[in-house]
Amino acid sequence: MIFKQAFLALALAGGVLSLQAQHRPAPKKTAAKADPAMAASIKRGAVVYKNVCITCHQADGGGVPNMNPPLIKTQYVLGDKARLAHIVLAGLAEPIEIDGNDYKQHMPAQNYLTDQQVADVLTYVRNSFGNKASAVQVAEVKAVRATLPK
Amino acid sequence: MRFFSPRLLLATSAVAGSLALLASNPHTPSVAPDPDNAGLKLPAGFGALKVAETGGRARHIAVTPQGIIYVKLNKVKDGKGILELKPQATGKATVTGGFGDYGGTGMYVKDGYLYASSDHNVYRYKLDAKGEVTDPNKGELLVRGLKVGSQHESKSIVLDNAGNLYVNIGAYANACQEQDRTRGSKGIPNCPILDSAGGIWQFKANQANQTYKNGTRYATGLRNVVGLDWNQQDNQLYVMQHGRDQLADNWPQFYNEKQSAVLPAECMYALKQGDNAGWPYTYYDQLQHKIMQGPEYGGDGKKEATGNYLAPAAAYPGHMAPDGLLFYTGTMFPAKYRNGAFIAFHGSWNRAPEPQAGYYVVFQPFVNGKPSGQWEVFADNFSGSAAKTAAGRADHRPCGLAQGPDGSLYVSDDSKGTIYRIVYNAKK
Ligand code: HEC
Repeated sequence: MIFKQAFLALALAGGVLSLQAQHRPAPKKTAAKADPAMAASIKRGAVVYKNVCITCHQADGGGVPNMNPPLIKTQYVLGDKARLAHIVLAGLAEPIEIDGNDYKQHMPAQNYLTDQQVADVLTYVRNSFGNKASAVQVAEVKAVRATLPK
Repeated sequence: MRFFSPRLLLATSAVAGSLALLASNPHTPSVAPDPDNAGLKLPAGFGALKVAETGGRARHIAVTPQGIIYVKLNKVKDGKGILELKPQATGKATVTGGFGDYGGTGMYVKDGYLYASSDHNVYRYKLDAKGEVTDPNKGELLVRGLKVGSQHESKSIVLDNAGNLYVNIGAYANACQEQDRTRGSKGIPNCPILDSAGGIWQFKANQANQTYKNGTRYATGLRNVVGLDWNQQDNQLYVMQHGRDQLADNWPQFYNEKQSAVLPAECMYALKQGDNAGWPYTYYDQLQHKIMQGPEYGGDGKKEATGNYLAPAAAYPGHMAPDGLLFYTGTMFPAKYRNGAFIAFHGSWNRAPEPQAGYYVVFQPFVNGKPSGQWEVFADNFSGSAAKTAAGRADHRPCGLAQGPDGSLYVSDDSKGTIYRIVYNAKK
């Protein structure tokens, strides 16, 4: 599984990058305002979030201690978009540690969501809860889905 | 120094309004509640103090007959998974030691032994005449190799009066679906998890090195039990089940968010050997007072379950996570509390986007060894405010319960590691 290895490598690299990123002041860009397509995607994504993710990751994106991890400035949320889309489409089943808390519970795959819905919800997450990052495009989600077993 | 001035102590007691009563009632503890009752809201006549701040994830707690407090930490802190706290005259306690290089939940004292559990094993330690573990390195491994998945890992423990140890082995799934917690995924027929989890196992309390083959599956069909206790009045095991999650998430065609926030019930079961409480096939609907067929197994929110499943002894609103159960046998509290049950509700998460609930200790009255009458909130505001409760962002989360030798009620908090002590200081 070449992809899986690449995925892991990315995950490791992402860890280092995001650690550094956390110490830098957040860039003051109002991407959403400047970009009406992104603003619309965020709006649609909020609905998907409320329907799908909110139970586990909570309304404030803070998660549930030691059960469901927060979506606030984590390396997964702000990092590589392919990896992020992969988490939503294929789920996640590896113990992770965020801010000294352990998360062992698995995240179920949400692959019944359309590419558009996944792009929207991730664009929403990447621009909510204090996060600020570029939009996730439908094509990026589609590319990840193509790598998954049918 | 400030703390040990007798004058100040007197002043503190006077502020708490209990000075006169302290002298007049022989049952009244010599401990003074914190001026703010440790931030808790309690019924009239009760007071509370913060006994200690352990800074660890304090799960279950046990108090020896001599008043030494043992706290099981979920995660090892400074190499220690069990903390020992010794009481001072003020009622506060100091951490005096620790041992056990494993995290876990179970902590129980019985007949000269301290029992403890990791997520895989059960151990015990001899208590000396002073109620202390004098040789912490000589822990005895009683049970090993218990199943643990990536959810419902904790192994809570309790003993009966006949030398048996009861261990919860939580189901490592929400509802035994083909794909766990996945929308529309069906339940696996004859749920294979139930072989080795999803129930209470019985072992010998004094036999080393037991595994599954030495134990008995005492009761099955219990998704996850954290709070459990032995009822001395009817000599029976009582457990609190964490009901299944995500009815609306995974079955939106049958349930809306509001229903899913309160359903299913968190159930109290009175168990006898061989009982089956129905998980994953069924759940209990406390609004309809019915055992329902689970949607993973052909249910639709309306279909009642068929089959011979144990009905709950009492039912509470959904997702509040009962993590501690204690039958109160002391004499410090007024008579109505005697032989009734305290339940520590750790607090919900699975109610979002509806407001969260719980984060309190409830009292369930019992008469003649059976739940009788409406439960009531006994100790509230562990969260810090109503807004924090609703948001699920509690400051403290009650988990373990224990009764002190004087009849005080101890409550642990596995969020910040605060140990609370609730006392009664009015005239009975
Ligand atoms: C059933 C509960 C559940 C649902 C629903 C859920 N997640 Fe998760 N999520 C988890 C758990 C548990 C983990 C950690 C998994 C692990 O460590 O293996 C996780 C991990 C993550 C991560 C990586 C870790 C982090 O915190 O940055 C992201 C990103 C994420 N989820 C996003 C989402 C999004 C977006 C949705 C909705 C489309 C969603 N999740 C729905 C439970 C859930």
